[in-house]
Amino acid sequence: MTVPREMPEKWPRVRAPGGAEEERRVRANAREYNEKFQYASNCIKTSKYNIVTFLPVNLFEQFQEVANTYFLFLLILQLIPQISSLSWFTTIVPLVLVLTITAVKDATDDYFRHKSDNQVNNRQSQVLIGGVLRQEQWMNVRVGDIIKLENNQFVAADLLLLSSSEPHGLCYIETAELDGETNMKVRQAIPVTSELGDTSKLARFDGPDTKLMQNSGRTKFKRTSIDRLMNTLVLWIFGFLVCMGVILAIGNAIWEHEVGVCFQIYLPWDEGVHSAFFSGFLSFWSYIIILNTVVPISLYVSVEVIRLGHSYFINWDKKMYCAKRRTPAEARTTTLNEELGQVEYIFSDKTGTLTQNIMVFSKCSVNGHSYGDVQDVLGHKAELGERPEPVDFSFNPLADLRFQFWDPSLLEAVKLGDPHVHEFFRLLSLCHTVMSEEKSEGELFYKAQSPDEGALVTAARNFGFVFRSRTPKTITVHELGRAITYQLLAILDFNNIRKRMSVIVRSPEGKIRLYCKGADTILLERLHPINQDLTNVTTDHLNEYAGEGLRTLVLAYKDLEESYYEDWSERLHRAGSAPEAREDRLARLYDEVEHDMMLLGATAIEDKLQQGVPETIAILTLANIKIWVLTGDKQETAVNIGYSCKMLTDDMTEVFVVTGHTVLEVREELRKAREKMMDASRSMGNGFSYQEKLSSSKLTSVLEAIAGEYALVINGHSLAHALEADMEVEFLETACACKAVICCRVTPLQKAQVVELVKKYKKAVTLAIGDGANDVSMIKTAHIGVGISGQEGIQAVLASDYSFSQFKFLQRLLLVHGRWSYLRMCKFLCYFFYKNFAFTMVHFWFGFFCGFSAQTVYDQYFITLYNIVYTSLPVLAMGVFDQDVPEQRSMEYPKLYEPGQLNLLFNKREFFICIAQGIYTSVLMFFIPYGVFADATRDDGAQLADYQSFAVTVATSLVIVVSVQIGLDTGFWTAINHFFIWGSLAAYFAILFAMHSDGLFQMFPNQFRFVGNAQNTLAQPTVWLTIALTTVVCIMPVVAFRFLKLDLKPELSDTVRYTQLVRKKQKTQHRCMRRVGRVGSRRSGYAFSHQEGFGELIMSGKNMRLSSLALSSFTARPSAGWIETLRKKKGSDGSTAGSPSGAADKTLKV
Amino acid sequence: QIDYTGTEPSSPCNKCLNVSWDSTPPCTCIINFTLEHSFESNVFMYYGLSNFYQNHRRYVKSRDDSQLNGDNSSLLNPSKECEPYRTNEDKPIAPCGAIANSMFNDTLELYRIDNGTETSITLIKKGIAWWTDKNVKFRNPTGDGNNLTALFQGTTKPVNWPKAVYMLDMEPDNNGFINEDFIVWMRTAALPTFRKLYRLIERKNNLQPTLQAGKYFLNITYNYPVHSFDGRKRMILSTISWMGGKNPFLGIAYITVGSICFFLGVVLLIIHHKYGNRNTSADIPN
Repeated sequence: MTVPREMPEKWPRVRAPGGAEEERRVRANAREYNEKFQYASNCIKTSKYNIVTFLPVNLFEQFQEVANTYFLFLLILQLIPQISSLSWFTTIVPLVLVLTITAVKDATDDYFRHKSDNQVNNRQSQVLIGGVLRQEQWMNVRVGDIIKLENNQFVAADLLLLSSSEPHGLCYIETAELDGETNMKVRQAIPVTSELGDTSKLARFDGPDTKLMQNSGRTKFKRTSIDRLMNTLVLWIFGFLVCMGVILAIGNAIWEHEVGVCFQIYLPWDEGVHSAFFSGFLSFWSYIIILNTVVPISLYVSVEVIRLGHSYFINWDKKMYCAKRRTPAEARTTTLNEELGQVEYIFSDKTGTLTQNIMVFSKCSVNGHSYGDVQDVLGHKAELGERPEPVDFSFNPLADLRFQFWDPSLLEAVKLGDPHVHEFFRLLSLCHTVMSEEKSEGELFYKAQSPDEGALVTAARNFGFVFRSRTPKTITVHELGRAITYQLLAILDFNNIRKRMSVIVRSPEGKIRLYCKGADTILLERLHPINQDLTNVTTDHLNEYAGEGLRTLVLAYKDLEESYYEDWSERLHRAGSAPEAREDRLARLYDEVEHDMMLLGATAIEDKLQQGVPETIAILTLANIKIWVLTGDKQETAVNIGYSCKMLTDDMTEVFVVTGHTVLEVREELRKAREKMMDASRSMGNGFSYQEKLSSSKLTSVLEAIAGEYALVINGHSLAHALEADMEVEFLETACACKAVICCRVTPLQKAQVVELVKKYKKAVTLAIGDGANDVSMIKTAHIGVGISGQEGIQAVLASDYSFSQFKFLQRLLLVHGRWSYLRMCKFLCYFFYKNFAFTMVHFWFGFFCGFSAQTVYDQYFITLYNIVYTSLPVLAMGVFDQDVPEQRSMEYPKLYEPGQLNLLFNKREFFICIAQGIYTSVLMFFIPYGVFADATRDDGAQLADYQSFAVTVATSLVIVVSVQIGLDTGFWTAINHFFIWGSLAAYFAILFAMHSDGLFQMFPNQFRFVGNAQNTLAQPTVWLTIALTTVVCIMPVVAFRFLKLDLKPELSDTVRYTQLVRKKQKTQHRCMRRVGRVGSRRSGYAFSHQEGFGELIMSGKNMRLSSLALSSFTARPSAGWIETLRKKKGSDGSTAGSPSGAADKTLKV
Repeated sequence: QIDYTGTEPSSPCNKCLNVSWDSTPPCTCIINFTLEHSFESNVFMYYGLSNFYQNHRRYVKSRDDSQLNGDNSSLLNPSKECEPYRTNEDKPIAPCGAIANSMFNDTLELYRIDNGTETSITLIKKGIAWWTDKNVKFRNPTGDGNNLTALFQGTTKPVNWPKAVYMLDMEPDNNGFINEDFIVWMRTAALPTFRKLYRLIERKNNLQPTLQAGKYFLNITYNYPVHSFDGRKRMILSTISWMGGKNPFLGIAYITVGSICFFLGVVLLIIHHKYGNRNTSADIPN
């Protein structure tokens, strides 16, 4: 159904991106000629490497990373013998490991890219070569080729439409993969070529030059705030490292000057070292080498691994899998997971995200009687959930089976022949701009311009008023089985100002009647006064419908006198051909005729929300996440949806609507809104408790302490002003003080600007969610972009970081996955810094006792393996699997989300606490063995305090302490955690004994000097007493502190865990979301997402297959106008939307 | 524990303070001391050094374990790590390196003065090194015959040593690289103040203690200069229990930590009783 890359309307001025290429000269179907210009081939290449270039290119890329280069630098330092305090392999082993892991990951990615490239490149299309149509692979299509496309084929390249089988060279394409819009777009061939018959197209841009490839490139690399914090901290640690190096170097210089000089009888200075100062300089570098483990290379790799794990959890989450669309959630970016736990602002698109973009005819009011409530047998309003059978439409062979209606009384009224009801549905079947298509007898398809219209016409169809077909002059309707053809006299088209549309038809009996449907606000004023009573009743119904969040339309009719119509039609014709002010004149004429109409009733269309939207929004709001809706829709529609998904409620103190058209107006409106909020809070503050004032005084902005709930609705024009540099802060303050913000009629660019604004002034994490191409800019701008997948458009998904198919999954993504990811990452980082400080700082203390000579405390193998074997897996397991409260709880208590927003779990303060704990541990780790060993002897009388025993003792106690510590930190034990922790300990002892075994020593006496050390040292009770003492002293304060905190200042999560443990009788309160009917104080308007100009198109007959005779009778009408109008429309409201970020496949309907 | 460095002018060893490695005849001095209590079980005799940086990086690495393990090629071509004690007058040094070169070479002899008669106390010099060191890590070079002099052919003694490595002892199983005094020295200390086992005094029979309370004197052949870097030398006599030598630090630490833990436990218990139960599910805010 889909064909990519095609943009015919820009043909005359082709500009290659970058502007280098001004024009392309192409001769159709002449390959030799076109070869001369060396246009790119149609072969797509998104892969980076091939087998030969992989190693060098990949290594080169990897060494562009600062961290890798840094370790390479360290490696070089270690090769200098005077400096080398550690063997070279302590650095090269982790470095090689890291490089290998990254390389393997890159290689797999690239492999998949190769595969998808091949798939696309080998798609077939029909190409005209040498006068013969031939099947050709896509990659062999050249610029200038003529391609024949059939219905529902993918488009191979950016094409120029030469001709099509439809009249006037029209073709319908779907641009879903380009911009996410699933409705058909009309494209017309240029007139010169349109007479050619079959659909054929000329390849214009190929391969890398196509729009798809042009747009798919260079997504901005997003980093999380933790990433940035981590980088800052790593820099600080480097600073700290240099400081330690300097201190120890000075110490070394002094020592060599005071002691070392005298000690030369036993230990002369190295060759080339003539002064204490130079020795200090060398020892600085030596210490940099041995202390570099405070920022181990494994940090970055571990972080990546953890994030990858979290991404898989998201991908594998069955609760985020949409069975209907068969789309699982997908983490397209693996680097942002923990930021999901910190989101404060959500920017949501409306259509397709909050709503399904499916309109359902749900209620109506005819002649003062309301139909459509779900009723049970006794005629009472039924509760939700116990739905009775839907109304049976089997009497009607033309009924659409998908249509469901719950109130049988309406059908009865139709069957009984209630004239009002009949007239009501007749109007619905006549007054619209829907096109019908009948593939086989009785199988009707409606091509509606807006889903609302489709819903209404479908409703009429099912109730027996089947719109069958239309010609420019007639409409054929099957009324209860009888085919009746109405003569279509005029379509008074819809536009934004009129907010209504009418048709004038002549019935077979010859009566001329005007049918009108439109926004209640407009239409109710244009009714005949005798409708007064009926109007009141209908208004009540309208209020009720609006209260349920339905979109309402009012229907009315008017009988026209033959003579009046003649006169009016004459004037209309003149106005239509008038050279200037045509639109104004027409509008006045329309206005005149649509007057004194008779009220028929009202319809209520449900803009179907996605599943679980109100619940999700309610829970996210409880989690202190602010939700802003940014939509291209009209204000009424948007507000309506706001109500139906419970963003706006009638409990709100006030909803501010900003609709100003000038800077001053907007400023004034914003100011007023703020004043009102201030006043309210002030008056409340006076009457209210003292506490409130206290807390409000703490806040920086007074506006944030507003009492009461407010909402802000702002219009596109106003937003344009509000986003200007001098007003944006005002706007932002006002908006942030409100509970809910709805921006309507915004362009994609404005969406991005709003997100940018919040990003700029609020240090908050923003998330944008949307489904269409118009959301792409917003998705790319926000910290986290979420695309709704499963619909046909993939543009938003391509730009997004996460994608899933239902808005409600957002709740799970944030509250469960995001929260856990954040928690895990924080715990991981805390522990990681802790363990490396505890490990490394021991060298620092030892420096004071070994003449600052950069002698390491541990065996060099221990240093090599500590970070990659002994302690890496347990902390990884914690980082991947840990959870503080189970998932149901984090949904139940959305407040648990707050620590993430406030950045409480890992910030500079937490970091310093970890560092302090690490240093504290290192102090004990060194000084307790020091105290013990100072004059201890073994149980066989030999010395105990030899260097090697000391090293083994310190190393063993370090491994045990950090293992106990990770045991304390782990909140959620899985088998894997157990396995890794015990496994690491076991691995430590196994490797220790292996390294100290006779065998290895026999082979390499100079490398394994610790021979026999493990069994000699670890057999000593003193050593074990020391290890035990060290462990207790290191862990005790931590345990005591946590115990105190749990008792005195428990976190919410602790409390939740506690209650869960206790399992009180009190069961989970079911916080069921009751549907609270809103007592309507406002209602919706003409809710069409309608394009103007379609009426004209129908009347012109351009889009119909007609006999040339019928056509010729219509040529008098301003036929070229409609395309112009369409284009104008596109240009005005789509100027930004139309700079399409678009890229992939469009559908071609021929 | 006796400090015999001789820094103080009153010390009998003061005269030897400025000896050098190769002073002949060796300087000797005698220090008298009294044991207040008798030692009942086996007694261990240590020498202790202070301010001696056996843990200095350059010192620690200045050895060739291959050579010490009896590898013949390393014997004649020692590792570069041994510089500047790798070769002397173009001959490889065996054992090479700064550690070996600085080996402790004072001789200590213990005498008991019993009613005016001097009784020499037997000092056992074997069994003071780790079994693994003596049997695995250190080995003499192999070759034809057991004549160490021949086996060390082509090497020279360390600069500071008065005699070659194959003349350290008369007994063949305690000579060369497997001389236990040498092995003990080669096991470098972790801290600048350390002691090393020198000799064993075994209990002879069950009737009398190993060392009775009374007067003793220590006869020191003072060869090892430490004064230049402010080092100190000590001689220590000690017995041991199941967990090694007397270790006041560990005991005190355990008592302290134990009482802190107990105290903390009590305090936490009180706090828990007072505040702990106020966390009910009731205060979970929503």
